[in-house]
Amino acid sequence: MVGILEDKDRIFTNLYGFHDWGLEGAKKRGAWNGTKDILSCGRDWIITNVKNSGLRGRGGAGFSTGMKWSFMPKEVKDRPHYLVVNADESEPGTCKDREIMRHDPHLLIEGCLIASFSMQAHACYIYLRGEYIQERERLEAAVKQAYEAKLIGKNNIHGWDFDVYVHHGAGAYICGEETALLESLEGKKGQPRLKPPFPAGAGLYGCPTTVNNVESIAVVGTILRRGAAWFAGFGAPNNAGTKLFCISGHVERPCNVEEAMSIPFRQLVEDHCGGIRGGWGNLKAVIPGGSSVPMIPAEQCENLAMDFDTLRNLKSGLGTAAVIVMDKSTDLVRAIARLSYFYKHESCGQCTPCREGTGWMWRVMERMVKGDADPSEIDTLLEVTTQVEGHTICALGDAAAWPIQGLIRHFRHEIEDRIAQYRSSKGNFAGHSVAAE
Amino acid sequence: MAKAKVNGVEVEFDPGMTVLQVAELAGEEIPRFCYHERLSIAGNCRMCLVEVKPGPPKPQASCALPAAEGQEIFTNTPMVKKAREGVMEFLLINHPLDCPICDQGGECDLQDQSVGYGRGGSRYEENKRAVEEKYLGPTIKTAMTRCIQCTRCVRFTTEVAGVTEMGMISRGENAEITSYLEQAVTSELSGNVNDLCPVGALTHKPWTFNYRPWELSKTETIDVHDALGAHIRIDSRGPAVMRCLPRTKEDINEEWLTDKSRYAVDGLSRRRLDQPYVRKGGKLQPASWDEALAAVAAKVKGTDASKMGVIAGDLTDAETMKAARDLFYSLGVTNLDCRQDGARVGPVTQSTPRESWLFNTGIAGIEEADAILLIGTDLRHEASLINARIRKAWLKGGVNVGLIGEPVDLTYDYTHIGAGPKAVRDLKKHAFIDVLKGAKRPAILVGSSAINGEDGAAVLRDIADIADTYGIVKDGWNGFNIVHTAASRVAGLDLGFVPVGEALDAGAMIRGGVDLLFLLGADEFNPKDLGKTFVVYIGSHGDAGASAADIILPGAAYTEKSGIYTNLEGRVQIAERCVFPKGQAKEDWAILRALSALVDKTLPYDSLTQLREKLITDHPVFGRIDVRPSPKTFDLRAVGQKGEVKDRVFTSPIVDFYMTNPIARASVAMAECSASRRGNVPAAAE
Repeated sequence: MVGILEDKDRIFTNLYGFHDWGLEGAKKRGAWNGTKDILSCGRDWIITNVKNSGLRGRGGAGFSTGMKWSFMPKEVKDRPHYLVVNADESEPGTCKDREIMRHDPHLLIEGCLIASFSMQAHACYIYLRGEYIQERERLEAAVKQAYEAKLIGKNNIHGWDFDVYVHHGAGAYICGEETALLESLEGKKGQPRLKPPFPAGAGLYGCPTTVNNVESIAVVGTILRRGAAWFAGFGAPNNAGTKLFCISGHVERPCNVEEAMSIPFRQLVEDHCGGIRGGWGNLKAVIPGGSSVPMIPAEQCENLAMDFDTLRNLKSGLGTAAVIVMDKSTDLVRAIARLSYFYKHESCGQCTPCREGTGWMWRVMERMVKGDADPSEIDTLLEVTTQVEGHTICALGDAAAWPIQGLIRHFRHEIEDRIAQYRSSKGNFAGHSVAAE
Repeated sequence: MAKAKVNGVEVEFDPGMTVLQVAELAGEEIPRFCYHERLSIAGNCRMCLVEVKPGPPKPQASCALPAAEGQEIFTNTPMVKKAREGVMEFLLINHPLDCPICDQGGECDLQDQSVGYGRGGSRYEENKRAVEEKYLGPTIKTAMTRCIQCTRCVRFTTEVAGVTEMGMISRGENAEITSYLEQAVTSELSGNVNDLCPVGALTHKPWTFNYRPWELSKTETIDVHDALGAHIRIDSRGPAVMRCLPRTKEDINEEWLTDKSRYAVDGLSRRRLDQPYVRKGGKLQPASWDEALAAVAAKVKGTDASKMGVIAGDLTDAETMKAARDLFYSLGVTNLDCRQDGARVGPVTQSTPRESWLFNTGIAGIEEADAILLIGTDLRHEASLINARIRKAWLKGGVNVGLIGEPVDLTYDYTHIGAGPKAVRDLKKHAFIDVLKGAKRPAILVGSSAINGEDGAAVLRDIADIADTYGIVKDGWNGFNIVHTAASRVAGLDLGFVPVGEALDAGAMIRGGVDLLFLLGADEFNPKDLGKTFVVYIGSHGDAGASAADIILPGAAYTEKSGIYTNLEGRVQIAERCVFPKGQAKEDWAILRALSALVDKTLPYDSLTQLREKLITDHPVFGRIDVRPSPKTFDLRAVGQKGEVKDRVFTSPIVDFYMTNPIARASVAMAECSASRRGNVPAAAE
């Protein structure tokens, strides 16, 4: 047995698609088992148990899911409640939700029913990333199966009228931001909304809405079946549960794997991915949670527990648990410059710091890749990132700033070397006046 | 009242205010670009960031954040300073340094705020972004490289003007403001986006490169291009009026202005009558004042009083009409009319109440109506800013609108009830009557197309009946409104510039009913109808009246004299002189005063002050300046006259919004607007 998590404790037992994804197969693996009994325990019981399980949002921010649900109005007044599932999985490095939707879609649909019931929503929208074609087909097929089996829909066997709508996005990264997603779902241009008001007060069509990540919803059924204590038993305190990790980059066998939270990074990589390419000593840096979080250097990876709090203390984050491993062959400056281009390209352009700052940061980064810059510009760049960070409407500004901050924090010397190298390769360089000007 | 602290100073505020408003209450200035009081909150420029406790450890956009009890707001901390400097730097990195050739220079928010809140220098080493210019119509000049994407223009056109023709396409740094298909913005309020633009991206096309704001003399005055009496500021340089901008007046125009009021001012320098003319041998020949006045006096003396008539135009001030009325009444002339469009409304008898020709609900008050019935009015073009008010109320919800007349685009949904007088008579049978019945504050807006023509008085009678039956006028609410289109109209009706008894009205006078006709800036007729009538034209522009005239006495335009105008609400307002009359032209009342001496009926006033004293003595309503008459009930049975109605369609007198008066017709900008609206736009490659 490798890793920490045993097979009996896995939630996503068809993560690799070896078994039947359909309703029959899913039922054999435990989905839709006793869902009616769960609902009969009542909303408060569900929300309390989700809270007690310690489940933190799997979309990146790591906010307590049960807590989020409890923010919804207790009573349905003049406006209906909605659940929106964020399946716009666009964070570079992340590929966990697609496996759920392709291979275990019924866990997601069951989770939608339970979550919607606990928030008194009769309708759930699943906003699917534009590029996910097969995922959409599977999900729609699974939804159809569930309707046909009367698991969901009007007058279903669970006694809670409930409709699921799968909405296909157009492939914009920003539509993964929850309020931009709502705008897009309403048929408008995907641009984040100002908060407050938060979606729980005024979300989709101005109605109380909760937006959850696919994984957060898909684990709920199993958590409630096996008990909050079971889920809470994994991982360090305050970082409970099992988690899908997407390990990519310079490992022998990149993979998706469900593991216990707080698994040491080294164990995660060595047990599941066959280790770092070229051996542990060849590790240079890791981006532990999708492209948005700052990288951490190899020396901090030795006893690194992969969970929210540990990584936050290292000024990084667990994010979506998309672990991007980079060995010593990596040109880190170029890697981050590529990420900067991504954020510049995906900025919605609504608010000033992000619209103007992402382009600026990318252009400076491109020059840094060549070394065509002044050493003082490193500090300027760092300051620009702090001018973007925290000043924008949504978190994309932060996400664009953090990778660069991580780079400068840990690998400033590489940029400086690059600049020095560039200058020595030229007869003269910017700022070094030659002719009479 | 809730309490909060701004930089340690406690202030009280109304719950529901934003942090920005609370900070302003405390006297703190919050820089902003995207935020505008009259538009929805976008929160996208990020210039208004402040620090708030309790709150997250990052600055908050104060324009969008509701203030809370016990909140501490800081606008002077290092965090706020850094945030402002950061945002300002970002705004400037891609903003061109072309202030010296930018029309916004000197009155640019970005210039001002970069001085106040920006860094000293630039750290941006890369190339600046350039954005292609967009065609947005004849009123908006674009320099889109200067755009800071605040989306004020998008929000104004969508929310206030009611045309969804502007938006932001693309994303990130490629985001561009455009009209999507490079089409002109088809709003009669389009010029306001140029005012709203905080930078030089959208500027006034008709005035491009004409002036620098600091070299202009500014005069606050009143607009006359429609009957609203919008508050404006005329900016002039030497003898020339360079531009016209709206002033804030909550009760009338808020801070908007129609394109006609704004851009027709170039017509003040064109086709002007700057010296007297006398027709000799079929041609108008320049003449001296003495010569022209003597010729007029001789003609007056030789004509029977019943064969003389006077028509006051749409832009005529009250003083001129008063002087004309005094003069011609003393000559025994009763053929006076100020209603060129033939509207059958006004003091027909002594007992007709003034309320019967006013917009009683008030321009601001119309927002409170919960049911509005429009009869024979293309409100969007007859009173654009009232239409915008109704749209505002409609967007808020809670108002039902019905229309009898041509089905026009009013920028909001309405029930189309019918087209003409029959629909008014049959209103009882229409479902909309339930809306009127159920409404707490119902209003009827009557346009001149309903009440002009032979059956005008009968239609007005029918409308008054409806108003009477369904409680349109009651204690505390007067929902009976006449929508005038001429600035001079209400003052003319107030001082009785209408034919009484058997006297001829404007239409009859034009069609040869008199031998000697005085036109006081009246041009809205077909000169061919005049026949052999001897015409004396007193006015400012060479238009229909002047071309038909036998003697021209050049007068002053509205910017060249101080004059009283009463707006459609009955609000008396004084327009100020901004520049002097052109050439030998004189103020119109003075021309009449001079004429009165030559015909031995010397008017008893030698100055404008004395004239105004007489005006107020004779007609006390003119004594209350800038006050809207308080709503009161009146006898609706005294309105209109019972009679047969015709089977016709109410067709708005405004055929071309941009060409409704001699000034607008002389304006190049208005000609371009008119051509653009008619689709006669020059094609791409010119």
